[in-house]
Amino acid sequence: MSNETTPNIEPAADLAIKAECRNFGFHYGDFQALQNINMPVYDKQVTALIGPSGCGKSTLLRSFNRMHDLYPGNRYQGEIIMHPDNTNLLAKEVDPIEVRMRISMVFQKPNPFPKSVFENVAYSLRVRGMTNKTELEDRVQHSLKAAALWDEVKHRLNDLGANLSGGQQQRLCIARALAADPEIILFDEPTSALDPIATASIEELITELKEKVTILIVTHNMQQAARISDFTAYMYIGELVEFGVTDQVFVKPQKKQTEDYITGRFG
Amino acid sequence: MNATVTAPPVPTPPTANVSDRLRRRASRHIKERVIEALLFGAALVSVFTTAAIVYILVKESWIFFEAVPLSRFLFDTQWTPLFDDAHYGIMVLLSGTITSSAVALLVAIPLGTIIAIYLSEFAPFKVREIAKPFLELLGDVPTIVYGYFALVFLTPLLQKIYPDLPGFNLLSAGLVMGVMIIPYVASLSEDAMRAVPMALREGSYAMGATRLQTALRVVMPAAASGIGAAYILGISRAVGETMIVAVAAGMQPSLNFNPAEPGATITSYIVQVALGDLPHGSIGYQTIFAAGLTLMLMTLLFNLLGLWLRKRYREVY
Amino acid sequence: MMKTQDIQAIRALITKSRRWDIFFGVLGILALMLCVLTFMTLFVDMAIRGLGRIDAAFFTSFPSRHPEQAGILSAWVGSALVMLVTGLAAVPLGVAAGVYLEEYAPKHWLTDLIEINITNLAAVPSIVYGLLALGLFVYLFGFGQSILSAGLTLALLILPVVIVATREAIRSIPLMIREGSYACGATTWQTVSDHILPYSSAGILTGVIIGMARAIGETAPIITIGALTFIAFLPNAPFTGVPPAGLFDWLFAPFTVMPIQMFNWTSRPEAAFLINAAAAGLVLVLMTLAMNGTAIWLRYRLRKNITW
Repeated sequence: MSNETTPNIEPAADLAIKAECRNFGFHYGDFQALQNINMPVYDKQVTALIGPSGCGKSTLLRSFNRMHDLYPGNRYQGEIIMHPDNTNLLAKEVDPIEVRMRISMVFQKPNPFPKSVFENVAYSLRVRGMTNKTELEDRVQHSLKAAALWDEVKHRLNDLGANLSGGQQQRLCIARALAADPEIILFDEPTSALDPIATASIEELITELKEKVTILIVTHNMQQAARISDFTAYMYIGELVEFGVTDQVFVKPQKKQTEDYITGRFG
Repeated sequence: MNATVTAPPVPTPPTANVSDRLRRRASRHIKERVIEALLFGAALVSVFTTAAIVYILVKESWIFFEAVPLSRFLFDTQWTPLFDDAHYGIMVLLSGTITSSAVALLVAIPLGTIIAIYLSEFAPFKVREIAKPFLELLGDVPTIVYGYFALVFLTPLLQKIYPDLPGFNLLSAGLVMGVMIIPYVASLSEDAMRAVPMALREGSYAMGATRLQTALRVVMPAAASGIGAAYILGISRAVGETMIVAVAAGMQPSLNFNPAEPGATITSYIVQVALGDLPHGSIGYQTIFAAGLTLMLMTLLFNLLGLWLRKRYREVY
Repeated sequence: MMKTQDIQAIRALITKSRRWDIFFGVLGILALMLCVLTFMTLFVDMAIRGLGRIDAAFFTSFPSRHPEQAGILSAWVGSALVMLVTGLAAVPLGVAAGVYLEEYAPKHWLTDLIEINITNLAAVPSIVYGLLALGLFVYLFGFGQSILSAGLTLALLILPVVIVATREAIRSIPLMIREGSYACGATTWQTVSDHILPYSSAGILTGVIIGMARAIGETAPIITIGALTFIAFLPNAPFTGVPPAGLFDWLFAPFTVMPIQMFNWTSRPEAAFLINAAAAGLVLVLMTLAMNGTAIWLRYRLRKNITW
């Protein structure tokens, strides 16, 4: 089915490809969680992964920064190519640490470290060996501003990150993900644990961030996908059913299955 | 997106090259592996400890058993390794160990179980919050202090009731040892009972059962393997306990099971020899390793029994 | 429809069962009280006998043939030095092993073996560790009947306690904290040293204190390696001898420890020495109580302040 999912992939010629899956598949032990995924991720665009629970969208997302390497028994197939390096991120010679330094991640539930606000953001820089205090302060401030959190926390940088509100914590995690100038940020249902107001502020932030960085976001909220993404991939039971420009996927899906899901007939 | 619909992206040819920015860095890789190896070494220390225990006990006992046949060790009814007419009947020391342990367990198992049931099923939250740490403290009092207590306080007290009791006896050593073991039995049994899901209890209460009925007929059977493990730990403690018997029971080996007599246990014999000045390598000296091996085999047996119990009666909720 | 006598019979049954409930509740309290009472008696009895002996001179005098002049100087100094060795050996080894098993260990037979082994070691009687140390440290390695041998013996003894406490503390850190760290590009060791260890340190500390409290009261294994019971001199203070070899003279010095001093006095026939034993016992119990109390308080604080 996946080889015929291409018709909706119709980008403008001026869009560069930041990354792409080629015949990508994934196994948890003996269980084949993903197969035959072919999909581009366009540079400085927001790509949303949607689909019913268990369709593998989070699994696909976490393959981009090789989070699956942390657990035994996981196996990748095929390739995820990153540009401009033109390198398969899954290759044996590739260091997952280097991958994660360039592709950062924001999780479903805000997970600030039990450290100060400052140290939370600075951590991404410290693991890169940055020790210069002024440089750290500059970069932390810059990231907190980019995450629209600076004004709220500038007087409490030494407070514990856990003392912030849920929405603030998630923006702190975004600041942490931004700190080291990543090329791609992966969002794994970043608003599912937040109230509507906090959700709105995160969505706004994501829209602003795509000026600078490529964004891949998993969401089970279709309105959210429609609001913030430029491209949408619809997945079902480990396969990519349809990929295309968000407006088209939502207005005129090519596949009956996608239409059923989007119109709420199942899922 | 106002992108116009054109063609699918031209697939760039698959590539074998890996950009330097993503390549595995040898220095980082090596550092991580070295650290991992060091940590693994630390984890292996525990295995080496076991191996070393077995090696030392077997190696030193070997010297003993080359001089004393196993049959004499097992069936002789006297234990006089330090005399000219040396006898090496381990049964003598075993009888002391069994007697003192039996007294201790007669105290620890009933009381420990009652306390466990009470704390798990009856006690208000506050009582449990205070009682649990207190029991822990009780279990951490140095055993030499318990030994002193048995000798200096309990034995004179018992002599008031039972004037013929000798100043050194297995009874008061066993009783105090029992109190020392209560916390282990109570604490572990309580953990096992608390792990029984509330739904099982509610089912019982819903049928009109009282607390006691629920505790005895529902919770205890459901927690049987955990409680069994607690008892086995209690037995291991009793058998391996050293200082209480060494101080309060007198260290005179005699083959009988009367707690109102002085006696030596396997452990107190080891202490007795270690305190003396037997030369390393003499047969008398090697006896402590043979005695230690016997003790180790007994604990191993109990542990295997516990393992079997856990497998056999493992609760699946 | 139920007849009146039936209802009455049921009521009687309920009253009877209630009575059993109350009876058992009282029984439980009595059993607990027996433990409390035993401990109180032990403590008060020792205090009454021994408190009079406890003064500054008791801590600054060596043991002596004259009970009224005897003190615990060599014993508490010995205990402190042995504990130093025990802590320096058991804490790094135990924490490293715990970290390995939680954060690194792949699931295979060797790690299974290590786990089963740690559980079993916790049930091995302490005197067996004494025999191990006698054969291994004293004779095979030639450390003699020294502070080093004793410290290492107790370190092996409390290693399972430290490992188990470390593992439990590490396990209470949520997975998402680890993933957060890895997602920032941290290596396994960076994740361990920047997150896992700092966040589990209070839990580890609790385990270490409990382990040390047990070690300080252990008598049997130290007697087994042949510690002397009468020591009327102090080892060199640590790290003060002529360098380089002299720095470690203290490790190989003969020594005695608190519980052995108490044992020695308990086994003397003269009643006056029993008073010394009570005084030493009181000091020992207070020391272990203080350590365990600290651990329990720490754990309580920890449970209240958990942030995730």
